[in-house]
Amino acid sequence: MAPERAVAPSVVVVTPPRGWAALNLRDLWAHRDLVYFLAWRDVKVRYAQASIGVAWAVLQPLLMMVVFTVFLGRLAKVPSDGIPYPVFAFSGLLPWTYFSNATGTATESLVSSSNLVSKVYFPRLAIPLAALLSWLPDLLVATGMLIMMMLAYGLMPAWTTVLLPVFALYALLAASSVSVWLSALNVAYRDVRYAVPFLIQLWLFATPVVYPASLVPGRFRALFGLNPMAGVVEGFRWGLLGRGHPPWALMGVSAAVALVLLVGGLYHFRRVEHGFADVI
Amino acid sequence: MRRRERAPEVDRTFWALRNVSFAIQPGERVGIIGRNGAGKSTLLKLLARITAPTEGRAELRGRVGSLLEVGTGFHAELSGRDNILLSGAILGMRRSEIQAKTDEIVEFAGVEAFLDTPVKRYSSGMYLRLAFAVAAHLEPDILLVDEVLAVGDADFQKKCLGRMEDIGESGRTVVFVSHSMPSVLRLCERVILLDRGGLVADGNAQEVLRTYLDSGLGSAAERHWETPELAPGDEVARLRSVRVRDDRGVVTEELDIRRPVSLELEYWHMRDDEDLRPSANLHVTNEDGVVLFATSDFNNHRWRETRRTPGVVRATCHIPGNFLAEGRFFVLAAISTYNPTRVHALEADAVSFHVVDRSTGDGVRGEYANAWPGVVRPMLDWSIIEPKPIPLSGADRQLG
Repeated sequence: MAPERAVAPSVVVVTPPRGWAALNLRDLWAHRDLVYFLAWRDVKVRYAQASIGVAWAVLQPLLMMVVFTVFLGRLAKVPSDGIPYPVFAFSGLLPWTYFSNATGTATESLVSSSNLVSKVYFPRLAIPLAALLSWLPDLLVATGMLIMMMLAYGLMPAWTTVLLPVFALYALLAASSVSVWLSALNVAYRDVRYAVPFLIQLWLFATPVVYPASLVPGRFRALFGLNPMAGVVEGFRWGLLGRGHPPWALMGVSAAVALVLLVGGLYHFRRVEHGFADVI
Repeated sequence: MRRRERAPEVDRTFWALRNVSFAIQPGERVGIIGRNGAGKSTLLKLLARITAPTEGRAELRGRVGSLLEVGTGFHAELSGRDNILLSGAILGMRRSEIQAKTDEIVEFAGVEAFLDTPVKRYSSGMYLRLAFAVAAHLEPDILLVDEVLAVGDADFQKKCLGRMEDIGESGRTVVFVSHSMPSVLRLCERVILLDRGGLVADGNAQEVLRTYLDSGLGSAAERHWETPELAPGDEVARLRSVRVRDDRGVVTEELDIRRPVSLELEYWHMRDDEDLRPSANLHVTNEDGVVLFATSDFNNHRWRETRRTPGVVRATCHIPGNFLAEGRFFVLAAISTYNPTRVHALEADAVSFHVVDRSTGDGVRGEYANAWPGVVRPMLDWSIIEPKPIPLSGADRQLG
């Protein structure tokens, strides 16, 4: 019935991999249904037998927010750009939680899907990509919570809140730029899985999550942007709260760094992926 | 295709597959046979693009579907319905395609009532049926299948084979790797025989199978490894030889159904640890893939309690005469230790032998000349209570 076969059958050529192959993102696009189902599986399985289910998406940043509010907001009196500290911290913790969860699972994703990698062909990039996408619904749910919290503090969401999907994509970009490297490296060197949680913990303090970027002296601000997450967190906060000047410089530098990392990571991934089934 | 073997000391480059060339026409069903390590699975993995070759080239015209395992991508926590979607996508189906076929898949698997139950609560039979059903509804131009029929019960295997025949008959190309000679014969008109990474024979299924079984390339009555480095095993134990002997001690492939058979296994025990007590295990499988029995040398109780010293151990298992059925049998040999269980060496299809029934009235089937059913043909004890002669008139009286 479906006239699918009208097209001439495609020819698959199997040859030894040579050096830096083309990225072949078209193949990934052809497998978009697979990416969707893998992400959907991750979401579904994550909360399958958890009694409070998706509430975990909110609980994790919420509890961290309480801890930081008590220790940094109240006791250490860390400034928060004139925003009530709990809202300030929570708005930073949302993209951060996304980043840390997504990067953590994406790093492990290839190894934990070794049965797929060694038994079926598809672009291997589908696996970490699905892991990264699978945390976006959590980010969305937690953002809903943030908006309620802002209303409770008498803060109206800025008009730029409608750009939320763009900020989510920006967070996705930052997480991917790191994850394409880490997931591929983790296949050959399992040291990565031990280093990553530690790395992410340190990274939190190099990112303006629980303190404002304005705390960083102006001349270092651009340098600060070399951390792809700096722009994401500041951008997200500005987008929702609309306070102060939009952090264009920081966002620009961060996005550029993330893009360079991502493209390099994609080429690296492409170069090593044909060996995954042998070493995994 | 080059794969680096993790050899004890020397770093040797081992070619899993080399100088293998063939062309398969659309609609052909081709079996690939060869003993373990011949390169069958490597070939399939190359064609399926799971691993990449170090040199050489393959061209596949059309959509390729590969089925290297039943249930690839199944997730225990998800329901049957969800797993159909997921597994279909993993095997390369479009979302629309899977949705269109869901009903058909469910019917084939016979799991309608449990569609919304997580598959972790399925029986293993149901799980397999569902997993195969998804794979069976792939519609690639070229289907690559690896040994998936080795799982499941006989009915399930028959169903799978039937489905693969249908796929072949609808003009699609099937490349099938299997150890099961009957399955290969039933499904494929052409067979390619590989050995040690090279192509040995390619042609008519019947003829190539005969070459395989006769040449000793197929598991013959004797296997012998010259040095421990070449033998299957690890740092604890390595196989040295496996042999099939008749009751006079002659190594032979053809055995009389009435006479005892000995399966002899020699291995190097290399660990000087008195408490590590390796045992030799044998599995005997018939041509249909049914495991007749598994046996281990720890059934010899004295040996089980014996403290071990390194050296070559020879363990022989005695199978009585008038026990096996007719036909070809394949022997898996393994060395393992227990508490915790570890398999140190394993060779599937280490040796094979053929049992023939030339009995003339003195065998299990007596004077009966037609096929005698059963996976084994034991000579069993019968006790008979013979009728006491009863005077007819007396019987009349009792009845009356």
